[in-house]
Amino acid sequence: MATTHTYDALVIGAGGAGMRAAIELSDQVRTAVISKLYPTRSHTGAAQGGVCAALGNTEEDHAEWHAFDTVKGGDYLTDQPAAQLMAEEAIDAIYQLERWGLPFNRTPDGRIDQRRFGGHTAEHGERPVRRACYAADRTGHMILQTLYQQCVKRDVRFFNEFYCLDLLRDAHGAATGVVAYELATGELHIFRAKSIVFATGGYGRMFSVTSNAHALTGDGPAVAWRRGVPLEDMEMFQFHPTGLAKLGVLLSEAARGEGGIVRNKDGERFMERYAPTIKDLAPRDMVSRAIYQEIKEGRGGGPNGDWAYLDITHLDPKVIEEKLPDITEFARVYLKVEPTNELVPIQPTAHYAMGGIPTDVDGRVVEGAAETPIPGLYAAGECACVSVHGANRLGTNSLLDLVVFGRRAGVDAARHVKEAPLGDVPERPTERTLSMLNAVLERAEGENAADIRKELQANMFDLAFVVRSEESLSKMETIIGELQERFGRVAISDKGALYNTDLMETVELGFLLDCAQALVVSARARTESRGGHYRDDHPLRDDANWLKHTLASRNDDGSISLDFKPVKMGPYVPMERKY
Amino acid sequence: MATPADVLQDSDARRAGGAAGAVTLTLRIRRFNPEISQDSWWDEFTVEADPLDRLVEVLHQVKWYHDGTLSFRRSCAHGICGSDAMLINGRNALACKVLVDDVGPRVTIEPIRGLAVLKDLIVDMDPFLEGYRTVLPFLINDSGEPDKERLQSAEERARFDDTTKCILCAACTTSCPIFWGDEGYIGPAAIVNAHRFIFDSRDEGSRERLKILSEKTGVFRCRTTFNCTDACPRGIQVTKAIQEVKRSILFDRF
Ligand SMILES: Cc1cc2nc3c(=O)[nH]c(=O)nc-3n(C[C@H](O)[C@H](O)[C@H](O)COP(=O)(O)OP(=O)(O)OC[C@H]3O[C@@H](n4cnc5c(N)ncnc54)[C@H](O)[C@@H]3O)c2cc1C
Ligand code: SF4
Ligand code: FES
Repeated sequence: MATTHTYDALVIGAGGAGMRAAIELSDQVRTAVISKLYPTRSHTGAAQGGVCAALGNTEEDHAEWHAFDTVKGGDYLTDQPAAQLMAEEAIDAIYQLERWGLPFNRTPDGRIDQRRFGGHTAEHGERPVRRACYAADRTGHMILQTLYQQCVKRDVRFFNEFYCLDLLRDAHGAATGVVAYELATGELHIFRAKSIVFATGGYGRMFSVTSNAHALTGDGPAVAWRRGVPLEDMEMFQFHPTGLAKLGVLLSEAARGEGGIVRNKDGERFMERYAPTIKDLAPRDMVSRAIYQEIKEGRGGGPNGDWAYLDITHLDPKVIEEKLPDITEFARVYLKVEPTNELVPIQPTAHYAMGGIPTDVDGRVVEGAAETPIPGLYAAGECACVSVHGANRLGTNSLLDLVVFGRRAGVDAARHVKEAPLGDVPERPTERTLSMLNAVLERAEGENAADIRKELQANMFDLAFVVRSEESLSKMETIIGELQERFGRVAISDKGALYNTDLMETVELGFLLDCAQALVVSARARTESRGGHYRDDHPLRDDANWLKHTLASRNDDGSISLDFKPVKMGPYVPMERKY
Repeated sequence: MATPADVLQDSDARRAGGAAGAVTLTLRIRRFNPEISQDSWWDEFTVEADPLDRLVEVLHQVKWYHDGTLSFRRSCAHGICGSDAMLINGRNALACKVLVDDVGPRVTIEPIRGLAVLKDLIVDMDPFLEGYRTVLPFLINDSGEPDKERLQSAEERARFDDTTKCILCAACTTSCPIFWGDEGYIGPAAIVNAHRFIFDSRDEGSRERLKILSEKTGVFRCRTTFNCTDACPRGIQVTKAIQEVKRSILFDRF
């Protein structure tokens, strides 16, 4: 027996994007936020370096320069009108956060301080610019806390530790509700609403080395995908160059923004060879590939020759302590390395999903090349693809994306509530969820989900990471097929109703497998290299054929069809990406 | 001065040495599952682990390969989300910030104290968050909104820096003997979060907050045992923050 709740609007996910949308919504309509984690446990809290806007507080800057950098950084797969809009709205979005109490670091004259970050430049690539607003290296933590504080102030209704497992659509395809599993009791709940905003974050856990939390398993995209929503640009995943070796825990690009240097095992500052103008501040995809190249040519360090090093030993200890305290602590705690006088071993780490649920600039989920909105369905944050990050997101643009497009999604979702009637949910709304859960619970013996997860992660790391090819991707596609088949035979030992994390981890693995499949099939189709997607069998960007977004959809038989839609162009003509 | 390559060789050599070989770790875990029994019990598991493994990953090994029913909260795995505060060898800590090396070869793990245990290492967080909500944990400023940012000097910003770091993990509050004994006490974490606003130059709600904190469930319950400061995984000077709030009430500095 499932309990039914009715609200005007639902937000699925309580990270930066979800809470920003919820603030907008709950001021206007009856809103509930459903989150599998307590809001302040969301991974937005892990973001370190900053959130950018052309405030010009420390030197000249313009929204237009920011828009250009975003488009170029995205290797021209970025939809240019969306990038322009984000850069313009960034300025008010940051002031809004400050007025809500976000404790930004300050300039000597008391304004929000700004620092450098990769790919952010003045005058269209001339020189690095200080655009990232920050609070030490805890910017995401401060954003998450500030937004939560504002939700507490507004008494927003949260359903914490509720897992959204299915999306309900009516006969016309409109989104009319979701099914959620209450972790504390094992009960299913039906939530009906006129507007539903997905804000479930990323899916980096499909890789063995990642900066992403255990909870980042692509639930939102997978739930939508299983209900016929296509996924856009899934092949575009960002590998951040400076993860702690082996662990993947992130060392923010802020380290390089403050003057940190990446070195190979000979101590050489190799970025001088790959990006002569801005060197270590080149965009992430370029630095990650440069590291791969160094490793390939035998200049990687560590026991397996696959590490590079981050050097901040020359920075003023005061700068380290005031501006990079957390990441220094990570190096000390997890690798027992002292960054003030030792080099920190690093490795590229799976970091950010540029792809996801396709939306327009109002957060409305859109289908197909015609971009037909699905009534009532919205997405924002990392699970969405606006597409503002194109093939490679610039550092500090994601936190910005959360607040700009989280707000816009909230505004439009509230408008929709006022105009639309409450839609119908199917007759047996929990049927699919129940059969999925019961199949696992009732199986006495079978595969261990942990083995499948481990094989998925290890193979994705080997075959679909920084460097890909037809050979590696087709192999990976076969492996995913096998893993999916084995997943159908998973058995778990916890058969209980209370806090059955065994069951939920298994369901999450199913979501991850779906996202991985969409990623690999899309990556295989894209026979070029662009941004985060690099194929050594097609090493060049191919604008004649590939200046377009990939749309992957699942057919009823489980196979995948691909469709494409053109990139929305604007003032910036694609040129070679040199830094 | 050593060249980068020299520095490198040193740290690599040490890291390789530190990570040499797996060690055996025995975990003693206090279990509870009301679907099975109203009493808690102890289970023991022995696993192989790398000395640099985080304890939370060792708990995953137990869950994934020994006993899937073992339940605990976790997400970020690097000390930033506040999910996995536990009593580890008698002290509150985040399982993701304790390495095997720090606790081996035997480690005892129990749920944090003073909040009702719901299953294994999972406790009821609601009373904890209720305490947090009572201190009005949001910026209060009704003197109109500027067009741009409100100004704040670097010194004013530094004044409350320490207490902005809180991740609401409850390690402090659940290490406090006053909190265990007295359900009314709002506990150190709530006071830390009040401090974060009371000492923020932009905030105008201090009077109200100090009034709440001066009530019988508030700061004067604190007996300065320093357990909270020792427990805080973010290194926040919790006791100092509580003392500062007490002093503000006594000398009515607002
Ligand atoms: C280590 C690290 C550092 C970063 N640093 C920066 C930076 O400096 N600047 C920058 O701009 N970006 C940075 N990023 C990127 C940025 O932080 C993320 O992209 C962003 O925070 C994602 O926010 P979100 O709101 O989309 O999702 P999240 O914050 O991940 O929140 C997801 C929410 O969805 C909920 N959820 C998920 N699945 C379900 C489900 N099935 N049912 C119910 N709820 C569900 C979760 O409970 C959670 O509340 C960083 C990322 C990482 C990992
Ligand atoms: S003050 Fe420290 S110990 Fe207490 S809740 Fe905050 S982070 Fe946790
Ligand atoms: S898992 Fe996030 S703090 Fe330990």
